[in-house]
Amino acid sequence: MDNGERKRQLWALGILGFFGVLSIGAYAVNEYFLYIAVYIWFGFIYGMCLQYGRFCFSSAFRDLFAVGVPRMFVGIMIATVLFAAVGAFVSATGMSTFHAAPTSLHAVVAGIVFGVGMVFAGGCASGSLYKTGEGNGSALLVVLSLSTTIALFAPAGGFLNKLVPQSWHESAVAKGLPETINAGDGWLDQYLAGFIWDQPIITYAGMFGLSDQSVAGAFFGNLLVGVIIPAAILLVIVYIFWSRRSYINKQKKQGLTRMTFKNEAAGYWTMILASKRTAIAGLILGIAAGLQMFVIQGLRIKFGAKNVGTLFERLGYDSGLSVNGTVFDPGYWYVTTQEGQWMGWVFGKFGAENMDNIYFGFANGIPNPLINAPGWMSIALIGGAAVMALLHNEFKFKKPTLELATWAIIGGILMGIGSRLGLGCNVGAFFVRVSQGDASGWLFGLGMIAGAYIGVKFFNWWTARKMEKEFAGAEI
Amino acid sequence: MKFEKKSEGVYMLDVKGYVCPHPQIYTKKALAKVQSGEVVEVVFDNPSSGESIATMCDNTGDEIVEKKEEGGQFVWDIKKA
Repeated sequence: MDNGERKRQLWALGILGFFGVLSIGAYAVNEYFLYIAVYIWFGFIYGMCLQYGRFCFSSAFRDLFAVGVPRMFVGIMIATVLFAAVGAFVSATGMSTFHAAPTSLHAVVAGIVFGVGMVFAGGCASGSLYKTGEGNGSALLVVLSLSTTIALFAPAGGFLNKLVPQSWHESAVAKGLPETINAGDGWLDQYLAGFIWDQPIITYAGMFGLSDQSVAGAFFGNLLVGVIIPAAILLVIVYIFWSRRSYINKQKKQGLTRMTFKNEAAGYWTMILASKRTAIAGLILGIAAGLQMFVIQGLRIKFGAKNVGTLFERLGYDSGLSVNGTVFDPGYWYVTTQEGQWMGWVFGKFGAENMDNIYFGFANGIPNPLINAPGWMSIALIGGAAVMALLHNEFKFKKPTLELATWAIIGGILMGIGSRLGLGCNVGAFFVRVSQGDASGWLFGLGMIAGAYIGVKFFNWWTARKMEKEFAGAEI
Repeated sequence: MKFEKKSEGVYMLDVKGYVCPHPQIYTKKALAKVQSGEVVEVVFDNPSSGESIATMCDNTGDEIVEKKEEGGQFVWDIKKA
């Protein structure tokens, strides 16, 4: 073992030790902090898997259009189906922490904005976190840009109020929210209370008149109809357009003269297993994401609280809680809101009045980052990715160039806005919702595909311009 | 980003510092420009791009004739089919 390898292993051990000591120490202070420890270790697992499988939702759609590579799309479908299978079991046992979101075309629009943003940023929300763990400065800029955008966008009113349709305003005011929230002021407030909350909540189980918590509803409606069938169809489409031709060419070289159904099935399966790293990561991610719901719900039952804010209140930490006494506590893998809270907390320390809105003041609160459980999940995700990158000699500090910094900031802004319009990012609004049978999930995904297409078109034009200059100089 | 001729039939594409999707897009464009049998030496330091470039080459039939990796930097020699 050379010196460099020993050093990397020591760093990896140090990061692991930090989260270990933090978890044990927190538990020693009070058993309620076990809640934070659980978020930490699931975040750590997500980070390790994401880095190992180079798992980024952005590339699932982007690489199809940019370079004709389906490996990440396949990986995400594997993870989604497995998460859905575990999620169906969790739902049927009544242990699910998931709540479906309102469904309408807003999810498509949000997906488009988010999709363009993640192509510009070079990674999705969770992808940017894991790449931060690889030492990537651009990815860190994306996280900062996204966090700042959310923190600024959530309470923003002023001229933005003029863009709010009167019907949204009236509907928001009519909801009778506490006066401190002032739901008639602020674009996002009126969008949420005046439009989103009026949209129907649709699950596939519900479409068949089944309850999400029933065995038939969870396994037939939400898993089979909502996930397995659409995922299989999408994979067939991807196989036909992006994988089949290369498979046939390879088979022809081995003497194949005619494609039979058996050959097609073999080609389909070859595409699924084309990237083992991605497939393995998808497998573990899917199972872990389902288990997290189960474990968090178990803790909620054990502690007799539906939200971690209740536990903080019992411990006397009531600063930063929403008017409902809650803080953001999804109970499953989620990114963006906790990052928005970090920056919201910083702005609050500088005197910003940012709790008079639905996003922070009514729903998610702005807890101190030290006790922000999903926030620790994101930090641990970075840590888990760093450990994996160190162990594989892939950690490298990379300062962003001006060009990349510009894309990162623009991408982060679009992702921040898109995630708030869609009530979540590629994980919360797509991966989790699709897996749990929420109809809005696939709509957000459709938007992300369209957004990725637009983003790729732009970068194809941009890179072609730059390459032409280089080709001219290379005498090619 | 740098693209230069190293010797007859051998080119170097340096996309160090770039994140996705730039390395894979530049690699695709560089391979589209060179002639069959010529080699593009791609230098990059974004691990996830490697996974996409490898799959892209597998699909197109371009051959990755050599892979070197050191301290988070990758140098792949790709021979155009």
